[in-house]
Amino acid sequence: MHDAPSTAELVEAVKRFIDDTASPQLTGHAAFHARVASNVLATILRELEQRPGAEADEKDRLIALLGADVDTPLDALNRELCKRIRSGNMDLSTDGLLDHLKTTTIAQLSVDQPRYSGLALALQSRG
Amino acid sequence: MLSQGKSLARPFFPAIVAKMGSNEQISTALEGWAEAKYGTGSKVGGLKRLSGGASQETWAFQVSENGHEMPMILRRAPGGVEAARSSQAIGLAMEATLLTHAAKAGVPVPPVLGVFEDDPQLGQAFVMDRISGETLGRKILRDEEYSYARKILARQCGQALAGIHSIPLENLPELPVSDGITQLEKYESIYRAYDLPRPVFELAISWLKENAPTALPVVLVHGDFRLGNLMVSEKGLASVLDWELAHIGDPREDIAWLCVNSWRFGHADKRVGGFGDLTDLLDAYAAAGGPQMTPRDIDWWEMMGSLKWGIMCMTMYEAFRSGADPSVERAAIGRRVSETEIDLVNLLEGVRNHA
Repeated sequence: MHDAPSTAELVEAVKRFIDDTASPQLTGHAAFHARVASNVLATILRELEQRPGAEADEKDRLIALLGADVDTPLDALNRELCKRIRSGNMDLSTDGLLDHLKTTTIAQLSVDQPRYSGLALALQSRG
Repeated sequence: MLSQGKSLARPFFPAIVAKMGSNEQISTALEGWAEAKYGTGSKVGGLKRLSGGASQETWAFQVSENGHEMPMILRRAPGGVEAARSSQAIGLAMEATLLTHAAKAGVPVPPVLGVFEDDPQLGQAFVMDRISGETLGRKILRDEEYSYARKILARQCGQALAGIHSIPLENLPELPVSDGITQLEKYESIYRAYDLPRPVFELAISWLKENAPTALPVVLVHGDFRLGNLMVSEKGLASVLDWELAHIGDPREDIAWLCVNSWRFGHADKRVGGFGDLTDLLDAYAAAGGPQMTPRDIDWWEMMGSLKWGIMCMTMYEAFRSGADPSVERAAIGRRVSETEIDLVNLLEGVRNHA
């Protein structure tokens, strides 16, 4: 399949249309939703760039943490992690658990809301 | 933002009675009330709808009498009809009652001027003074105008909360009762029903269960005491608004909710609402007659607050996922759940380091 324009280029073009052409002509509720839509497209652009690498790292960490089979899909790994925390098998004192959750949440927030104050705090305490 | 959460937390039941209250009908009804209360020359003007959701309408207007202008607010059930509610929100008559009790306890609240139980034009409604000030968190935290207010606000919030928590329960009509464990169980079951597993939430839920503090004697809890629901003027706290989520519960819930990072609007370094120090609030709270607490006493409830707000965001996203509200805004809020996850991670790290 062709990739010109790429997914990112297409999203960028739509975002420019919303920001430069559509938004200035809107008022009230519609203007608010256009701003939200533009923010969503910015999230998609960050996601296209960051998710593949972040998920590969997350998966490696989960396989090590859970001692799971390398072929286990990411969703199943996370469900297993939830199960072990819920059963009390893993908790705040488990080596590497909170570190893993922190790294994963930092990666998630870097896509979702990179300007959120809690992200800066988490990065600071990481040093 | 919480108003969005609240409106979704309760299912919306369309009123089956024909809606009352065109602007003109409301104006006429208010004028009749004003004439009886302030004299026959009273006029009602400037009626304007300020906001409205499924749960309540807010209108601004003024009464002029003999060249004297009195700005007021009308709070009213949508269409004048109190919708059936399945969840914790209290009714308008109850809200008016609580405002009256809070005023007696020295809490800054708008004086209630009139209550309408079943007015032919207004339906369920009440009228209160319109206090001037700012409610937008970002403005209160940023604008030069509020620099003095920011310095004294934590202490004033401590005093106001001590006042709310001192209201004798035996004088109040029946209110929902909800302590920490009840809330944890409630929000856990909402989260589980979505079947969207989030390991950070699991760890927070487990830690909260393991470390639940002994409950304090129950008090009247405001239930949504945070920036956004506090009217602030350049002189400080002008009014405590939005009593819809009031209930009987643990006093630490109110103090901690004001500390939840979601309501610090970017000013994460100031634990109280992005403007103040928790020790200042707690000292003022104790000086005003509340029990003396330490910042550590608030930790459990702050974590509970972040978890609660995270699950409320999931609920708003659920409205999109279920097709009930297909707007881009409801979709996007699903990507704010991770804000509460990082707050929970930071809080969990804090309690681990203290352990």
